[in-house]
Amino acid sequence: MRHTISVLVENKFGVLARVAGLFSGRGFNISSLSVGETMDPAISRMTIVVDDQGSPRIMEQVEKQLNKLINVIKIQEFSRGESVGRELILVKVKTTAATRSEILEIAQIFRARVIDVSPSTLVLEVTGAEDKIQAILGLLARYGVKELVRTGKAAIARG
Amino acid sequence: MKGAKILLEGLVQEGVEVIFGYPGGAVIDIFDELHNYPLKFILTRHEQGAAHAADGYARASGKTGVCIATSGPGGTNLVTGIATAYMDSVPMVALTGQVPTAMIGNDAFQEADIVGITRPITKHNYLVTDVDDLPGVVKEAFHIAASGRPGPVLIDLPKDVQQAVTSRPYPKKAEVPGYKPVYRGHPRQIKQLAKAIADARKPILYVGGGAVASGASAELRKLAEKTSIPVTTTLMALGIFPETSPLSLGMLGMHGTQYANYAIMDADLIIAVGARFDDRITGKIDEFAPHARIAHIDIDPTSLKKNVRVDVPVVGDVRQVLKELNKIVKPGKCGPWLKQIRAWKKEYPLAYRDTGAIPPQYVIEQVYKATGGDAIICTEVGQNQMWTAQFYPFTEPRTFLSSGGLGTMGYGFPAAIGAQMAFPGRTVIDIAGDGSIQMNIQELTTAVVNKLPVKIVILNNGYLGMVRQWQELFYKKRYAGTILEGNPDFVKLAEAYGAMGIRVEEKKGVLPALKKAIKHPGPVVLDFKVAGEENVYPMVPAGANIRQMISGMA
Repeated sequence: MRHTISVLVENKFGVLARVAGLFSGRGFNISSLSVGETMDPAISRMTIVVDDQGSPRIMEQVEKQLNKLINVIKIQEFSRGESVGRELILVKVKTTAATRSEILEIAQIFRARVIDVSPSTLVLEVTGAEDKIQAILGLLARYGVKELVRTGKAAIARG
Repeated sequence: MKGAKILLEGLVQEGVEVIFGYPGGAVIDIFDELHNYPLKFILTRHEQGAAHAADGYARASGKTGVCIATSGPGGTNLVTGIATAYMDSVPMVALTGQVPTAMIGNDAFQEADIVGITRPITKHNYLVTDVDDLPGVVKEAFHIAASGRPGPVLIDLPKDVQQAVTSRPYPKKAEVPGYKPVYRGHPRQIKQLAKAIADARKPILYVGGGAVASGASAELRKLAEKTSIPVTTTLMALGIFPETSPLSLGMLGMHGTQYANYAIMDADLIIAVGARFDDRITGKIDEFAPHARIAHIDIDPTSLKKNVRVDVPVVGDVRQVLKELNKIVKPGKCGPWLKQIRAWKKEYPLAYRDTGAIPPQYVIEQVYKATGGDAIICTEVGQNQMWTAQFYPFTEPRTFLSSGGLGTMGYGFPAAIGAQMAFPGRTVIDIAGDGSIQMNIQELTTAVVNKLPVKIVILNNGYLGMVRQWQELFYKKRYAGTILEGNPDFVKLAEAYGAMGIRVEEKKGVLPALKKAIKHPGPVVLDFKVAGEENVYPMVPAGANIRQMISGMA
C-alpha cells in the first residue's frame, strides 16, 4: 500500500541525498519523490510516496527515522481525504493519420493539453490526481507510448 | 580571523583539551595554527588509530572526542572509527581537510567525497564552503554530537576556506530547527511504568548503553534497591550496576550468563533502560520474552517499537526519567521470583575447563585480581571481548570500553590510548587476541612517545578465535582463514617499538607478570600463550531463542 508523506526540510546542501540515503539504507521503498522550495527559500517541501510492501507498521519507523535527520523540520502523513494530491505527466504518444483524432478526443476528455506535435507523435501534458493519471495512461497504452515523464505526486493538506 | 584559526578557537570554546590525528596537505593550515594553542595534539600512526582514540577518550570521560585527518585517504582511514562510534552512539567530532572548493568534484589529488561516504555513519555532517558559516557549523557540530542520543559528526573543511577570513563571531547557542531531543519523560507514561512495576511478579531491568551515556548509574542503583528488581546489562552497559551486587545478573544475550537469559525469557515485565533490543540480545525475535510486558525508556524514538512491541513507551533521557520514577515507584511482590533467580545463579554459574594450558578466562580473572577491579578495561573483538565481559566483574560505568555495535577488531588498543589520555593516573588495559592486536599495532609508537603506560594483554592462541569457534561448532571444524600462522614474536615486537614485552607460557606466571606490568611506568605488551581451541560459553546459536544455550560444560 502507498502512503503519502510531506516533509519540510532545511534547504541545505545534500538534504535530498540524506533522505534518499536513509530510505535506501533502511530498505524503505520510494514510489516517487518531488521536492521544491517553499515561500521561504531556506526551507523546501518534499512529497514522498512510500510503498510499505505489505507492512503498514513500517511507516512508523519511516517517520521516526526521517524525524531523526537533523535537516528535517516537520513530517505530515496524509491519509485519504485530509489532503489533495496532484501529479503532472508529459506523455509522448505514437500517432498515425488514423489514430490522431481519437487521441485528441481522449486528451479533450481528460482536459490534457497538446504541447508538441510531429508527423508520428503527440506530446500531452496531463495534470491530475492518481486515478485520473492512471486512467489516461491506460487508454493511451494501446496507441503506443513512446516516452513518459512523471513529476511524482505533490500533496497539500486540506483546510 | 582565518578559517583555520576560527576552527581551533571553536574547539577551545567547546572545552576540547585533546585532539588525536594525522596531518596532510589539506590540513597544513590547521596544524600551523595549532602552534598558537594550548590544545594537546596526539599524533597517532594511522588515522584509524586517531578515530578510535578519540572514541576511547569520549567513552571513558563522557566528553566529546575530537580527531583530525587530511583529505582523501586521511578521511577514508577515519571511516571505520567513525562507523564504530556511530553504532555505539559515542560523541565525537571528526575534522577532515578537503581540496579547495574550486577543485571539488574534479577528481583532484587526495580528494574524496567524505561527506557522501560518511553520511550513513554520522549523526550529521557538514561541508563548509563559506568561511562565514564556519563558526556556526562548529557550534552546531558539538551540540549535535553530545546531545540527545550522542553520535559522531564530521566537518569537512576545504583548504581555501581554512585560509579565508571572516569576522563572524562564535555563536553563543546552536540553532537547529529540526533537532529537538526530548529529555523529560511524559509524567503519564512514568506513572504507567510505576504501576506496571507495582503489578509485576517477575520484573527485570534490561539496561543498555543509553544509561551510561545519560550518566544514570546512581538513579539506576536507587531504583533497583527500592524495588529489588534484578538487573541485567548489555555489553555496552557493563559497570552501570555493580556486578558484585546480588541483584546483578551480569550480561545477557548470545554469550550472556545462563541465569540472565532464563530470567529475561521468564519475566512478566521487562524494563528496557537505554537499550535497543539488538539481535545479540534477543536471539530469535519472535520467540523473545513470550510472557513479558515491555516497558522501554529511551531518548531516541526510533528505538521504541523497532524490533519488539512496547507496552509502556517512555521517550526521554534515562537519568531524568529514572529520577522522576524513583519519586513514585513502589516494589511489587516478587519474593518467589528472587528466590528462583538465586537458584538459577547457583545452578548455572559461568565456568571453564582447566586443561593444563593457560585458560584465557583465567587470565581475565587474574587481570581483575591484579588491578583490584580498579582499572579501565578496553577490549578488541571476538573471544577476548566476550571472556572479558564474562569474567571481569565491572562495578563502575565507563570502565569497560568495547566496540559492541560494529564489532571492530583493532579498536581496543587505540581506545586504550584515548582513555589513558583522559585519565593519566589510572591503570588502562587492552585485552586483545593475536589477530586483533595486529590491526593497529603501529600505535605502540603513540603510546611510547606520549608516555601512555597502557598494558596490552594478548590472549595468544594462534587463531581468529571467535570465527574458529563457529567453524568448529557449525561448519564441522573446517578452519578456513582462521589459523593465524606467522604471528610475530610479540615480545620482540614490543621492544622494537620501545615498549616492554613479557611472555607467559605457564599458569603460575600469569599474576606475577600482570603485577609487574602494572607497576612498570611505561607501555607493556603481555603475550599470554593460552589454550588453543577454547570456546566462549554459554552460546546462543544463530536462529535459536536465548533459552536454547549451548553450555559447553560436558
